[in-house]
Amino acid sequence: MSQTGQMKEYKVSAIKNGTVIDHIPAGSAFKVAELLDLSHTKGTISVATNLKSRMLRKKGIIKIGNKELTENETNRVALFAPLATINIIEDYAVKEKRKVSLPTELHHLVKCVNPNCITNKEDVLTCFRVVRKDPLELRCHYCERVMGQDDLRLL
Amino acid sequence: MKVTGVDFKGRDIISIKEFSKKELLHVLAVAAQMERRPDPHLLEGKILAALFFEPSTRTKMSFEAAMYRLGGEVIGFASEKVTSVSKGESLHDSIRILGGYSDVVVMRHPTEGAARVGAEATDVPVINGGDGANQHPTQTFLDLYTIKKAKGRLDKLKVGFMGDLKYGRTVHSLAQALSHFKVEMVFIAPPSLQMPPGILEELNAKGVKFKTIQDLKKGLAGLDVLYNTRIQKERFPDEYEYQKVKGIYTLSEKLIPLFKKDLKILHPLPRVNELSPALDGTSHAVYFEQAKNGVPVRMALLALVLGAVK
Ligand SMILES: [Zn+2]
Repeated sequence: MSQTGQMKEYKVSAIKNGTVIDHIPAGSAFKVAELLDLSHTKGTISVATNLKSRMLRKKGIIKIGNKELTENETNRVALFAPLATINIIEDYAVKEKRKVSLPTELHHLVKCVNPNCITNKEDVLTCFRVVRKDPLELRCHYCERVMGQDDLRLL
Repeated sequence: MKVTGVDFKGRDIISIKEFSKKELLHVLAVAAQMERRPDPHLLEGKILAALFFEPSTRTKMSFEAAMYRLGGEVIGFASEKVTSVSKGESLHDSIRILGGYSDVVVMRHPTEGAARVGAEATDVPVINGGDGANQHPTQTFLDLYTIKKAKGRLDKLKVGFMGDLKYGRTVHSLAQALSHFKVEMVFIAPPSLQMPPGILEELNAKGVKFKTIQDLKKGLAGLDVLYNTRIQKERFPDEYEYQKVKGIYTLSEKLIPLFKKDLKILHPLPRVNELSPALDGTSHAVYFEQAKNGVPVRMALLALVLGAVK
């Protein structure tokens, strides 16, 4: 009650080897975890959100033990976290720091928002072109509908 | 006629957005040639597969007429009920197989993106005859052709669009195609049926001068071309709202004093009551001409993608 400011935080522990994704917008941490299909990863996963940040008002962090994200996976993160940084950790130290960058085309990753799109009616792999990065705009290769960040649904 | 840097042989015609200004003009020039001197042997021995998964008698018949006028043959169907798709076959497989029976495919389908799937399924060129609410590129080509023929140019024109601008795909595609030219646009519609903000943004980015306006009488001022469209009853929440709008956006002979002397009126037809038959006999009406222009334009596109003309 009176000690709100002094409440202890349960810090997420450091990892020995793996990947730390930092600067995820607070509302997107779980989406990023879903996007990377982390529920099927064997190592330790921690997802923290609503942390204080200088860059973003509130941010999320994901730590993935014993897994180094590929370039392709890194870039998918940009869909929900365009400002994220990826830290590759080796023996508790940052071996490599990467900025995410959105690919120009997204194949078989997100769903088209248009219910009458052929990709939602038949077994057709989706394909989107990134027409704008900020704010995010994707154009469906098939129905040509343009969708924004709020319309994004993973396949 | 030969234009360098334009090659249509084997090309799919799916979306009007994929055509450069040069390519648009080339199609119109070939269409004019087809109208003046159609060669009845040009496509002899060629077969068009007209695959109409949803009925559209006019689009189908004008493609058939175009093919026959050039000496080609047509196979196909006019409704999904007769195809294997109704037995659960995928669209991809259907087009792959049916494309194999022919030299060129035209397809119409109620689902957006279907034509793109068709084009990816077969090696023969696919022409989109309408895919749901998305694209109907041959309609846009014939609209452009009609404007060019009626006005003698596509530049330095003030073009008005009226009616259902929100859902009308013909309006969206025509505005996008005209954005290649020095055209000023006036969008006349009730606020609930105005042009989608995304398209206005696109026009803005291309430096097109345009305005949106609710008042038909004011909107008519100075127009060289007016593209009128039907307002569909289904778009309105209730009958009263529809009746109110329907009465206001009617082009009748009473408005002639507000027309420029050489204003030309287009309409994709069929019309209901937004376009009075009293205008049919006037020099302003080019909409029946427009419907007829579908044949030479489709002749041109067929001949081009089959490589029979350059
Ligand atoms: Zn789509």
